[in-house]
Amino acid sequence: MTNIAFVRKKEIPPSAPPITEVGLIGWLRQNLFSSWLNSILTVLSVYFIVIILWDFIPWAYGGHWNTKSLRECLDLDPDVACFSVLTARWKQLLFGLYPAEEYWRPTLTFIFLLLAIVPILFPKFFRFFWFSIIYPGLAVWLLWGGSFWSISIVYIGLTLGALFFLTLIRRYLKNYMIAAILAFLFTAVFFLFISNPVVGLLNVILPITLPFVESLKMGGFTLSLIVGVTGIVASFPIGILLALGRQSNLPVIKMICVGFIEFIRGVPLITLLFVASVLLNYFLPPGTNFDIVLRVVIMVTLFSAAYMAEVIRGGLAGLPLGQHEASASLGLTYWQSQRLIIMPQALKISIPGIVNTFIGLFKDTTLVSIISLRDPVGLASTIRADQKWNGIYWELYVAIGLMFFIFCWGMSQYSQYLERKLKTDK
Amino acid sequence: MKKLFLGVLTALALAAGGTFAGTLDDVKARGNLLCGVSTGAPGFATVDDSGKDVGFDVDYCRALAAAIFGDPMAVKFVGLTSAVRFTALAAGEVDILARNTTWTYSRDTDLKQTFLGVNYYDGQGFMVKKELGVKSTTELDGATVCIQVGTTTELNLADYFKENGMSYEPVPTADNAESQQQYLAGACDTYTTDASALHGTRVNLENPDDHLVLPEIISKEPLGPLVRHGDDNWADIGRWVLNALVIAEEKGITKANIDSWKDTKDAEIHRLLGTGDDDILAMVGLPKNAMYNAIKAGGNYGEIFENNLGATSGINIERGVNASWTKGGILYSPPFR
Repeated sequence: MTNIAFVRKKEIPPSAPPITEVGLIGWLRQNLFSSWLNSILTVLSVYFIVIILWDFIPWAYGGHWNTKSLRECLDLDPDVACFSVLTARWKQLLFGLYPAEEYWRPTLTFIFLLLAIVPILFPKFFRFFWFSIIYPGLAVWLLWGGSFWSISIVYIGLTLGALFFLTLIRRYLKNYMIAAILAFLFTAVFFLFISNPVVGLLNVILPITLPFVESLKMGGFTLSLIVGVTGIVASFPIGILLALGRQSNLPVIKMICVGFIEFIRGVPLITLLFVASVLLNYFLPPGTNFDIVLRVVIMVTLFSAAYMAEVIRGGLAGLPLGQHEASASLGLTYWQSQRLIIMPQALKISIPGIVNTFIGLFKDTTLVSIISLRDPVGLASTIRADQKWNGIYWELYVAIGLMFFIFCWGMSQYSQYLERKLKTDK
Repeated sequence: MKKLFLGVLTALALAAGGTFAGTLDDVKARGNLLCGVSTGAPGFATVDDSGKDVGFDVDYCRALAAAIFGDPMAVKFVGLTSAVRFTALAAGEVDILARNTTWTYSRDTDLKQTFLGVNYYDGQGFMVKKELGVKSTTELDGATVCIQVGTTTELNLADYFKENGMSYEPVPTADNAESQQQYLAGACDTYTTDASALHGTRVNLENPDDHLVLPEIISKEPLGPLVRHGDDNWADIGRWVLNALVIAEEKGITKANIDSWKDTKDAEIHRLLGTGDDDILAMVGLPKNAMYNAIKAGGNYGEIFENNLGATSGINIERGVNASWTKGGILYSPPFR
């Protein structure tokens, strides 16, 4: 019989973890003071955040909102912000020089924009996609005005062309190519000879017009959104086609796509904008009114499409070759395999890059101020040229920065939502 | 290569220009004048809180529109940055450029433009803090100077200090806004740019009386409206509308009293206002009362100056050399006959 002095029969209750490992102190130790280097960085960061906020909060919180000029602000209290410039000019920052009695038009266009992107962003509303298709024409009509029919005739013409094509295919022809050429000719004839009299007639029978607003009056965030949103929406499909073209086996298509992408990527955006603003006028016949906003939108779209193509090509390169081979072995045609197998995966991989390009494009719209368009940054210098506000900097730029932040942050949040939603590998 | 490229551009522009009937006819056919102004230059061109175009250059264009159409509102203002202003004029996007642009030899000749005259004699000046005790630019030896890089003011500054055997230390800035911030932060003793801009800036400083714009002007910056080469009649119209505003001030014709000169014995006034028998304005294709309308639009030169740059505007620039020659300035119009 062995003599055992003591045998523990029961487990000791676990003692509480050391106070330095749990709770607030534990969190601080793990995240902020885990090593002497981190501790120094933490202390420095806190120091800088405090001194910035120490100045910024009283400056912004006590700001004047209702004075008539910068002079009045300075006479009241020179040490706080003079937000009165925003009170006086917020409409211009939002709408540019758009006529005040027509402000409802850009506002409505913006509300419709939010409605039009819902079906694209959230699949469960996809049944409202028809509105997203109508929207571009509606937006152009609302913003620039003029006859309702001269915009809707574009839709009518394209719809008739599509119906013509489908009828040919279903009833009479097997060859897609010939049907497409015939449908194209049909549409061309419609726009060249038929559309104008029809529009004239409709204008007489049922005139629906809005006062015309010229591009010279567009400005502020309205302009940023016109350029940014159009550029984003148009550059995406063009970018996909360019990316596919670059990987194509057809040498001519491949060369054109590579040449375009490399040329556009090799040139700064501001150069393209100068071409749009200045050089095109030399080459067009005098008296041609090629709208400046349209010229800028085209340039921004082409620029962004080249970058988009490379982002998507990155996504395509990230797919294993087996995916291509598998889809081919299933007997899918080129377009079927792109649509069903390749693109859904390639685009999913590319989401961060795509949204990155979109955000960059949206912020790049401020470059148009250099070619004299009155975007918010351009307006800031116009506003400062008014002697009442001459000398105001921070207030305007803080406000403009905040507006851009809201849009860009929104885009970034959506992309993260999308990534989470499409995550299938875990 | 650049020469060749510009040559091709010019040839194209000329070929394009060849199809114009004449700028005046184009303007009349369009029904409004396209006037290129600055996107924002204090006193010269901006938009006010209600979105209306205002400024010294704006008022000149309104006078021109009034001369052509009898309506000072028959003008569209195209804001142009300095980067695109000359090409916009050359390409026909605007009919006239009134964008506080300095008249220089190469702009007149190489860029193929016609300056119509000088509507404002500007020049480069200096602002200092009063506590520095400096009363003249000659006392600035050894000073730190905030200067906008890449502008003519930078070159003028170097020349001036060299001529006067003084040294300085430049603090480079990107634009007037940055110059001002640096100056206020104490990064430089003085900051230099066009005197009109210095005055406008000073008024809106926290304590304007602590700052002084030194009296010396070290460069010539004659600002004026300009048009493309190739349409002398159009240039004449622009030039004589400007002259008419100057003559009106000289003769004492104001916006308010313009209707009370019918009985004057001064034949030039009758020719100017179209109240006499000769219709000399028909020579350029303008109505007889064109200059009457031009002066009526925003007043004579002096009134336009006061409203946009002088005491009424809050910028408080003295007339100085921009006064009429009868009052000690150098503003002088050839006779209207």
